[in-house]
Amino acid sequence: MSVLIIAEHDGKSLKNSVSQCVTAARALADEVHVLVCGEGVTEVASAAATIDGVTRVLTADASHYAHQLAEEVAPVVTSLAKDYQYVLAAATTTGKNLIPRVAALLDVQPLSDVMAIESADTFKRPVYAGNVIATVKSLESLKVMTVRTTAFDAAGVSDTAAPVDTVDAAAPVNISQFVGEELAKSDRPELTAARVVVSGGRGLQNGENFQLLYDLADKLDAAVGASRAAVDAGYVPNDMQVGQTGKIVAPDLYIAVGISGAIQHLAGMKDSRVIVAINKDEDAPIFQIADYGLVADLFDAVPALTQQLS
Amino acid sequence: MKILVPIKRVVDYNVKVRPLDDGSDVDLRNVKMSVNPFCEIAVEEAVRLKESGAASEVVVVSIGDGKAQEQIRAAMAMGADRGILIESDGALEPINVAKCLKAVYEKEQPGLVIMGKQSIDGDNNQTGQMLAALLGLAQGTFASKVEVEEGHVAVTREIDGGLQTLRLNTPAIITTDLRLNEPRFASLPNIMKAKKKPLETLSAEALGVELRKRTEVVSVSPPPQRQGGIKVASVEELVAKLKEEAKVI
Repeated sequence: MSVLIIAEHDGKSLKNSVSQCVTAARALADEVHVLVCGEGVTEVASAAATIDGVTRVLTADASHYAHQLAEEVAPVVTSLAKDYQYVLAAATTTGKNLIPRVAALLDVQPLSDVMAIESADTFKRPVYAGNVIATVKSLESLKVMTVRTTAFDAAGVSDTAAPVDTVDAAAPVNISQFVGEELAKSDRPELTAARVVVSGGRGLQNGENFQLLYDLADKLDAAVGASRAAVDAGYVPNDMQVGQTGKIVAPDLYIAVGISGAIQHLAGMKDSRVIVAINKDEDAPIFQIADYGLVADLFDAVPALTQQLS
Repeated sequence: MKILVPIKRVVDYNVKVRPLDDGSDVDLRNVKMSVNPFCEIAVEEAVRLKESGAASEVVVVSIGDGKAQEQIRAAMAMGADRGILIESDGALEPINVAKCLKAVYEKEQPGLVIMGKQSIDGDNNQTGQMLAALLGLAQGTFASKVEVEEGHVAVTREIDGGLQTLRLNTPAIITTDLRLNEPRFASLPNIMKAKKKPLETLSAEALGVELRKRTEVVSVSPPPQRQGGIKVASVEELVAKLKEEAKVI
């Protein structure tokens, strides 16, 4: 059995999600290949080659892969897929954009957001916003899927690198063009990759008060997130949203500040290892799932916590 | 330019769905059904493009049993001009839905397809990308902004870490994200008017689409419940617990 993982990268570095996909892939097969598609991907390919469990890295290097548009990448994946039993990518916006396109070209029904592998053809995935977990059996001979990365630990780094081979680029499709990107710049770790996440909700009252969370986050090398209520109120930008319609996170430590705990938020963070809630309303639903709850005014408690950690 | 808007009848987003006792499926008896929220955003965007003069006609299409007519009427009350129902009791997995939509696309020849990025029941987030693949068209998924130009459409997409803007050759497939717009409420006169708008019924078989079963739901279960922990009395106690008990800082 062999798996092809489509690597997510920004042209310079490999995303951590690839290591998590490798762990999922290892549960399915011994042969784990990683495809790195892009322009000038030598460094990224070397990084992929040293992930523990990867047996081969393939690179497709061409100028029309520079922005990894789904229209361009799908044909090269499709041409390789026949040699594999599984094609995998992380269930990120990139993976979710690409994988169904690949699957349709292969006439395969893919599986989204796989969170557990039950057997070679049976998987668990969340439906109805995570209120129900479905166990689904794929009847397809080739299984194409996206993997919920928070459900799988990242594979380690190996001393020996897997071989890196080049594959032919597919002909350019040229039906879509990259215009630009506006990425939030931050010195803090990325939300989905951070070991500690500090999130704020409506209780913060305005965007300026999020500074309290940034100060705390700097002490913990944490990423800063927000509830949908805080995003909708305009305190912080959309890409900070943790929840069913935002980012799904599962850090070692999640600190929810001034967040009541709506279902939609809990769906995005309830798999965190340790959850701390700070809220002045002792009846807030967030306390029902928090390992440690502190009923207090966040404007006193958060600066005190920051100071204690100094 | 004609815009085709595929929509789905789903359990209303306010309903908390539970598995049946035997775990064979979710309990959908007597629950309120609505237009999938992302599909509503797609209808709204298409109607706005028509109102701005960029589009000439908005056609909604849904696939399923006869009851989906309610959702097609709801979309027409928002401003869509006519509806198509593809009646089928076959396996309506995303790839089969995409194949039905491909047949409708070929019949209608729209300049743009706008549809929801995912349905809130299956949460698959696949159909738009699959339709684009089957038609060999460009895809603008998770759109938060759509600007129609001559021969092109500029789509700003919500991606991890920010926004990405693409310029797609048209016809193209666009899937909507939450922030694209806020759908209007249909007024009573428009609801009445919608009842008179044309609604055509087709069958998947008549479109020549084979609905082969691709996956099987083995069982459904509630998610594991997380147990609450303890309340701490002070910041000092919290720090001590995190250091000594949880060992996370």
